[in-house]
Amino acid sequence: MRAVRAVALLAASLAVIACQSKKPEAGAPAKAAAAPAPASDKILVGHVGSMTGSEATFGQSTDNGIKLAIEQWNAKGGVKGKPISLRTYDSQGKPEEAAVAATRLIVNDKVNLLLGEVASSRSLAMAPVADGNGTPMITPSSTNPRVTKDKDKVRPFVFRVCFIDPFQGTVMAKFARNDKKIDRVAILRDVGNDYSMGLADYFLAKFKELGGTIVDDQSYKAGDQDFKAQLTAIKNKNPQAIYVPGYYTDVALIARQARELGMKQPLLGGDGWDSSKLYEIGGKAIEGSFFSNHYSPDDPSPRIQEFVKAYKARFGGVPDGLAAQGYDAAMVGFDAMNRAADGSGTAVRDAIASTKDYPGVTGIITIDANHDAVKPAVVLEVKDGKSSYVTTVAP
Amino acid sequence: MTELLQHVVNGVSLGTIYALIALGYTMVYGVLKLINFAHGDVYMAAAFAGFYIATALDVRDDPTIGKAVVVFLGAMAAAAALGWAIERFAYRPLRNRPRLATLITAIGISFLLEYGFQLPSLQAQGRTFEEVLRGWGWTVPAWLDSLVGVLPASFPPGPTPRFFPEPFTRIDWTVLGGVHVSNYDVVSFLVAVGFMLGLQWIVYRTRFGTAMRAVSFDPRVAGLMGIPVNRVISATFVLGSVLAAVAALLVAGSRPRIDPIMGLMPGLKAFVAAVFGGIGNVPGAMLGGLVLGLAEEMVAGYTVSSFRDGIAFAMLILVLLFRPEGLLGRVTVEKV
Repeated sequence: MRAVRAVALLAASLAVIACQSKKPEAGAPAKAAAAPAPASDKILVGHVGSMTGSEATFGQSTDNGIKLAIEQWNAKGGVKGKPISLRTYDSQGKPEEAAVAATRLIVNDKVNLLLGEVASSRSLAMAPVADGNGTPMITPSSTNPRVTKDKDKVRPFVFRVCFIDPFQGTVMAKFARNDKKIDRVAILRDVGNDYSMGLADYFLAKFKELGGTIVDDQSYKAGDQDFKAQLTAIKNKNPQAIYVPGYYTDVALIARQARELGMKQPLLGGDGWDSSKLYEIGGKAIEGSFFSNHYSPDDPSPRIQEFVKAYKARFGGVPDGLAAQGYDAAMVGFDAMNRAADGSGTAVRDAIASTKDYPGVTGIITIDANHDAVKPAVVLEVKDGKSSYVTTVAP
Repeated sequence: MTELLQHVVNGVSLGTIYALIALGYTMVYGVLKLINFAHGDVYMAAAFAGFYIATALDVRDDPTIGKAVVVFLGAMAAAAALGWAIERFAYRPLRNRPRLATLITAIGISFLLEYGFQLPSLQAQGRTFEEVLRGWGWTVPAWLDSLVGVLPASFPPGPTPRFFPEPFTRIDWTVLGGVHVSNYDVVSFLVAVGFMLGLQWIVYRTRFGTAMRAVSFDPRVAGLMGIPVNRVISATFVLGSVLAAVAALLVAGSRPRIDPIMGLMPGLKAFVAAVFGGIGNVPGAMLGGLVLGLAEEMVAGYTVSSFRDGIAFAMLILVLLFRPEGLLGRVTVEKV
């Protein structure tokens, strides 16, 4: 009898909750229908980022970059005289959370522009949501081609302000082969990660094309604690460098364990390395390794130095590549909104698509027909617990 | 040859960790016939306890042997308290219910710890402990002030991995023409063997061990004979949790990334190791852990590395098919 009552009570309370949460939703579309173009007096930008989790610095840096861009636009009077405000939701580093956050920002909060994610696997979860609802989305740093291109079809509302994996993988292959004169490379990739798999494939193809040999191709799963089995196998093949296109927490552990096994080869990687945590966990083990990135804070050009100065003044600390990408993504978005005929999703979308020669911090940004930015990449070396500029590779 | 030896060293180092966790599983199973799925999460919680203590003592910038001892003892005490509390509040009330109820509770506790530790701390929410207490209309007592910086504000840790400082300095040796061994591997192995022998001695040579075996045989009759059943079971949980804490610190010291779900896979694999060796059997857990570690290492080193976890669980299935009682387990003879 008691159990029955408990179930009834539970059902009743669920019903109440359901009714309560339904109400505002039911009212909202009616309001939106009355005013087709968002006639509100401010602009709302949504950001989905990994504010916590294994790649927490990705989300936090990107968020800082976006905040800086918003503050600078607001200081100038906002977009078309409307102030911009930001709403950030945490993806916790999980694709499913990213999709939920994107849906919430678009459907409940009715953002005018969606920014995020850094990781390709999470942007891939968000892209269909943005497309389906007709909300323009710009990913700052997702480099996997499929983020903006679903099979052969370009996603109409999804853009990025970074280069793509085929280019990034090629950059590192060219650098290793032409600049470092390396013949033999082993690959250690994260099998569960779209970004890592993509980079490894493109690196492999280009490196072979340039006459190098891939001596081993091993894999790991993000979150593994022990990489010594793979590293011992790699060590036996005696490569001159190891390409590890993963994220920084795993890479740092891999570097440590490689050194513990007496391996002295430099590690090579991509923009997923770019975090102060890499140097904290990796310590001495990661010194002398190289990775490709979107920009270098050491670049003397005034546009970059101005950004670095403003960022330092606002947040303290040198902006990493993801902060710069977040800043550029927001800037490109606001620039497009300023040019757009009205505030509707399609108008903003068309304006973003026609972005040409926008002077971003991470390079001159032109959005191509595939909704990707064509930009040069830089190669950085880990030296004295930070990254230092080595060279720039043009597309 | 060097490669093979290196794989053996790596495999033993990994297997030792599984063995240490498996010993805790096996002890609890031996006494209660309960698979304590929260065991891997006690391991995780112990790593975080060690992390908080190490941070408070500033081990990272200035490691000393004294501090290492404090970190180890502190984490062991925290794990012991957690193990005791889990048994007291989650398992004991269900002791006379169907065994399935306790098993489900164990899974619940496991998730509670994993996801509870992923909640944002007050610090991450930008609030302080003091503000919260004031919000409730309390004044903050002076002695709490010193604690505020360490635990309450930055607990729970949230899902972001933390960097665990080395409790004692790592020394690497190169032996036999290129095989790398570190003092962590050696210490872990010796500790595991030491604990295994110690447990064997406790179980077969002490009054407490006799009581454990009696409870394992039949708790009700043991109670009638004047054995304090509850105390014996509590002590078993405390002992198992302490073992998990030692394993956690040895792992975190050499693979310095800790996060709230770090106990999930090692916990499952240690369970496989315990079953493989014969659950309830102390040397069996040790053997199972080592075999599993070596098998994984060889699979990852010589075939495709993505198969390593698959192999662990395939081994479990094979053992259960052909030798359900495990390698060293005996069918109905005494457990523990």
